[in-house]
Amino acid sequence: MNSTYFSDGLPTPVPDKQGPATPFWQGLVLNTLRIQRCRRCQSWQWGPEYICSNCHSFELDWIEVEPKGRIYSWTRVWQAPQPVLATATPYVVVLVELDVAPNVRLIGNLLGSGTQDAQVGAAVAGVFEHHAASHPPYSLLQWRPAD
Amino acid sequence: MDARRTLRHRAAIVGVGETAYYKRGQSPDLEFVLALKAILAACADAGVSPHDIDGFSSYADDRNDAVRLATALGVKELRFASMQWGGGGGGCAGAIANATAAIASGQAECVVVFRALSQGQVRYGQGGAALGYSTQAAPEITGEMAFPVPYGAISPAQRFALKARRFMHDHGVHQEALRAISLAAYAHAQKNPRAIMYGKPLDTAKYDSSRWIAEPFHLFDSCMENDGAAAVVLVAAERAREFAQAPAYLLAAAAGSDHRHAAPSHSAPDYATANYKSVSRRLFAMGGVSPADVNVVQAYENFTGGVAMALMEHGLFAPEEINSVLTVENLTAPFGCLPLNTSGGHLAECYMHGMNLVIEAARQIRGQSCNQVPVVDVALMISGPMVAPVSSLLLGSEATR
Ligand SMILES: [Zn+2]
Repeated sequence: MNSTYFSDGLPTPVPDKQGPATPFWQGLVLNTLRIQRCRRCQSWQWGPEYICSNCHSFELDWIEVEPKGRIYSWTRVWQAPQPVLATATPYVVVLVELDVAPNVRLIGNLLGSGTQDAQVGAAVAGVFEHHAASHPPYSLLQWRPAD
Repeated sequence: MDARRTLRHRAAIVGVGETAYYKRGQSPDLEFVLALKAILAACADAGVSPHDIDGFSSYADDRNDAVRLATALGVKELRFASMQWGGGGGGCAGAIANATAAIASGQAECVVVFRALSQGQVRYGQGGAALGYSTQAAPEITGEMAFPVPYGAISPAQRFALKARRFMHDHGVHQEALRAISLAAYAHAQKNPRAIMYGKPLDTAKYDSSRWIAEPFHLFDSCMENDGAAAVVLVAAERAREFAQAPAYLLAAAAGSDHRHAAPSHSAPDYATANYKSVSRRLFAMGGVSPADVNVVQAYENFTGGVAMALMEHGLFAPEEINSVLTVENLTAPFGCLPLNTSGGHLAECYMHGMNLVIEAARQIRGQSCNQVPVVDVALMISGPMVAPVSSLLLGSEATR
């Protein structure tokens, strides 16, 4: 099995120089999943933003959380949306809601066969996928079935 | 509510026009020329001189600049130009609302709402600028699209499939409900000579055996990609009977987005919706009608799953009724109980980002549809399910005044 779900060739995620998601991408490289939480009102917030949408504080912390969750939705892709994926189909994209908080969801791939069935509600655990040879290097968070 | 603060019966569509519709990249005309031709056709339909247009309203970052249009058409006095925010087709009815607001507030007299698209020039919704990255060498991606793209969730089909799957899970929606939306559109297109799929019928077996794009979407659950242009002319309601055609009065228009619907990485609190819960409440309140009063529906199809959500969120049926209401028989004019996309819509007439659906809604009010519903006093048009912002429109006949 390949060490990454897709071969090289998809666009490289690059944090905006000053973008609100930069600590998230930096964390993945270090095998950590970090999510925003408001220092003042303690609300979890996702996607990342400069302001808390609940209390409007600008003091948002990045909290390391366990990469565990449940499949919230999924799709099996049969028609490659980019030529580089032509030999990768079918593949499974999952939307995972983290256990740490409702409405904090991440998109990833379900590791293993592209023909396997995913189930809404199934428990999954994160697997960090490093693209160290990429320029610049980056990491993704993939998912495998969990108990 | 202040009775003056409404768009109800403040304007009417008095002219509709479109170019020939083409498959993607096959238009012989440049996009700007398509826009001009559609506007001329709408003006001719209304019996209005293009010199007397004084406003332009569009959406989806339309590339055909209002000032260039006004200059090219020799508009005597440009008074109003507006662009509805949002890159997708969710702004179509919003652009009608903006035009009506301009007329109602005395800012303009005769406003054109239009959409033009030539995808041989720039392909919509695919790669490149639409995704915020270059498809050339060493592509990089930043911002919101960095969350899905590295996982192969790149074009709208894959991303909307996630939303549709969850919706089907939550409400027990069968694949047959999505199929019925597609079959009804194709059935209507067989009577519409303008339709791209005119003469190309679809049946159950062909749908079932068609390839998956991204589950739960088959090929025939997805809109086409087309070139063309479409436009409508709006004037104040009290002037509307001076023109050549029966007016289609604006009963209501509403645009917007539910609470944090666009939260990145698919993190909306109310995820498995098409984003109409607040828009439809305001729409029917302004219109003074209920969903039961709607005689015919034109619902923007990017994907059939979004149509099913949109219809439910507009109160046309209860969640538990989805599978029983969404049948070919019910959705097909003239005698179905919920005639849907009676020109063939985006699946089978043309993907004109909603403007062809506005035109079809007006034709149903006039009694000029290729698939005319016997009595149409209220027509509903829904723009751009699952994006943000979205918008919706209610048109009414003379009987609603
Ligand atoms: Zn806060």
